[in-house]
Amino acid sequence: MADEIIRIENVTYQYGSGGEDNQLTAIKDISISVKRGEYLVILGHNGSGKSTLAKLMNGLLLPTKGDVYVNGMNTKDQDKIWDIRQTAGMVFQNPDNQIVATIVEEDVAFGPENQGIPPLEIRKRVDEALRIVEMYEYKKHAPHLLSGGQKQRVAIAGILAMKPDCIILDEPTAMLDPIGRIEIINTIKKLNREEKKTIVHITHYMDEAVEADRILVMEEGRIAMEGTPKEIFSQVDRIKELGLDVPQVTELAYELRKEGFDIPNDILTVEELVKVL
Amino acid sequence: MFRDITIGLYFPGNTIIHRLDPRIKIIIIMMFITSLFFITSFPPYILILAFILFVIYLSKVPLKHVLKGLKPLILIIVVTFLINAFLTKGEELFSIGPLTVTKEGLRQAVFMALRLIFLITGTSLLTLTTSPISLTDGIEKLLSPFKRIGVPAHELAMMMTIALRFIPTLLEETDKIMKAQMARGADFESGNILNRAKNLVPLLVPLFINAFRRADELAIAMEARCYRGGENRTRLNELKLDRKDILAISLSTLYFGFIISTRYI
Repeated sequence: MADEIIRIENVTYQYGSGGEDNQLTAIKDISISVKRGEYLVILGHNGSGKSTLAKLMNGLLLPTKGDVYVNGMNTKDQDKIWDIRQTAGMVFQNPDNQIVATIVEEDVAFGPENQGIPPLEIRKRVDEALRIVEMYEYKKHAPHLLSGGQKQRVAIAGILAMKPDCIILDEPTAMLDPIGRIEIINTIKKLNREEKKTIVHITHYMDEAVEADRILVMEEGRIAMEGTPKEIFSQVDRIKELGLDVPQVTELAYELRKEGFDIPNDILTVEELVKVL
Repeated sequence: MFRDITIGLYFPGNTIIHRLDPRIKIIIIMMFITSLFFITSFPPYILILAFILFVIYLSKVPLKHVLKGLKPLILIIVVTFLINAFLTKGEELFSIGPLTVTKEGLRQAVFMALRLIFLITGTSLLTLTTSPISLTDGIEKLLSPFKRIGVPAHELAMMMTIALRFIPTLLEETDKIMKAQMARGADFESGNILNRAKNLVPLLVPLFINAFRRADELAIAMEARCYRGGENRTRLNELKLDRKDILAISLSTLYFGFIISTRYI
């Protein structure tokens, strides 16, 4: 299927190679298909297996059972591993621990350098990637002098410079302050809409999920819920059962409805609620 | 407390010295050091001094800034001076108690102190005018011919880059942990040396654990960005020799060649 970029087929993943006792099954028989150009958000609280799922998507981990295909390439195929990682770029949680070089532009160039791209082309890609994340003015700066949100945007530029079709972000905002979070969320939206990148965004902040095309909710290594943001967040009780929250506005609407107000159950943003009221 | 560690800190600029190819600069410094050890009399020191002053002039690094680099090493210079002054045998000049200063000793002492001062200022000029990143690039390129005999040139350069990248991060972290421990009553500033060393344990343990965790995460992030060693890697800024590099290396070879030859004249 051409419109499918990542396909996960009946994948199980177990941590720990020791005896039966210390084995932890992080992913239990999951099947997912990520469509090209889609903005997919994976929600789940700590230990639900969402980070493991992310690492399975670009071959950093290989499934214990089942298969993962990226652009039709099986992640178990050793010859294709670098193509797979180039197709599905990955951004991690801690911006400090993924920046390699002492100058912003050198760091953004790290990926393409590894791919063996000619210097002139690297220069073009670095400038372009830094412009997209709006960090071009900082290209000669030292990363440790930047704010958390800026560092994370440099990390995203580092992935963009590899020209991936799909970007997987593993809790990219977990270590940032509110301003940094907004910067990153706006950057992610821009990548999806303007650059047509497929986005797999893993998070535990509900309000970041509102703008997604589709949401997957994970619970103990399984997919507990799947659907559009409206479908997911209208089931407030079910979400709470899973130990997660709904966006504040949705919660307010839900409480108001319980008190007998006539409010639809799929309110996701402040504007929507204002209109209804 | 760690903010003021500045070992040969890069002094940004855009002079001809800054723009010279790092490989050329490293080779010139090697020649400089070698010739320094060939000198046995005072007159060639004038040539060395002239070289240093000329480079400082061209690089526009303030003289005060260069001399500041000598400060932490002043103790070593003084000790070297004293040892040489007191322990060289020869014609007696004067004596303080059981210690005798000889004419040969005094000459040797001045000679050694000057050698150290020139050595430090000369090499610090390299780090002052070359950014760490181009320095590691230069070292990698210079070592690459030795790859065949098993010198891991790329890996060494990568390690240096990562070390440089993480020095500020780890310093910041040390600061944070220290403040956290101090908030809970830890004392890093009083007591004798033994006690102070003992008090550092609760600082070093979390620092090391975090450093290992960082290393692990960095390794995964590098793999995710297709890092697979130095094979087939290209660079954003490839080093290229041009006319000024050739000119600099030729002139320096003649200059230091002459200084070395003065020993045999």
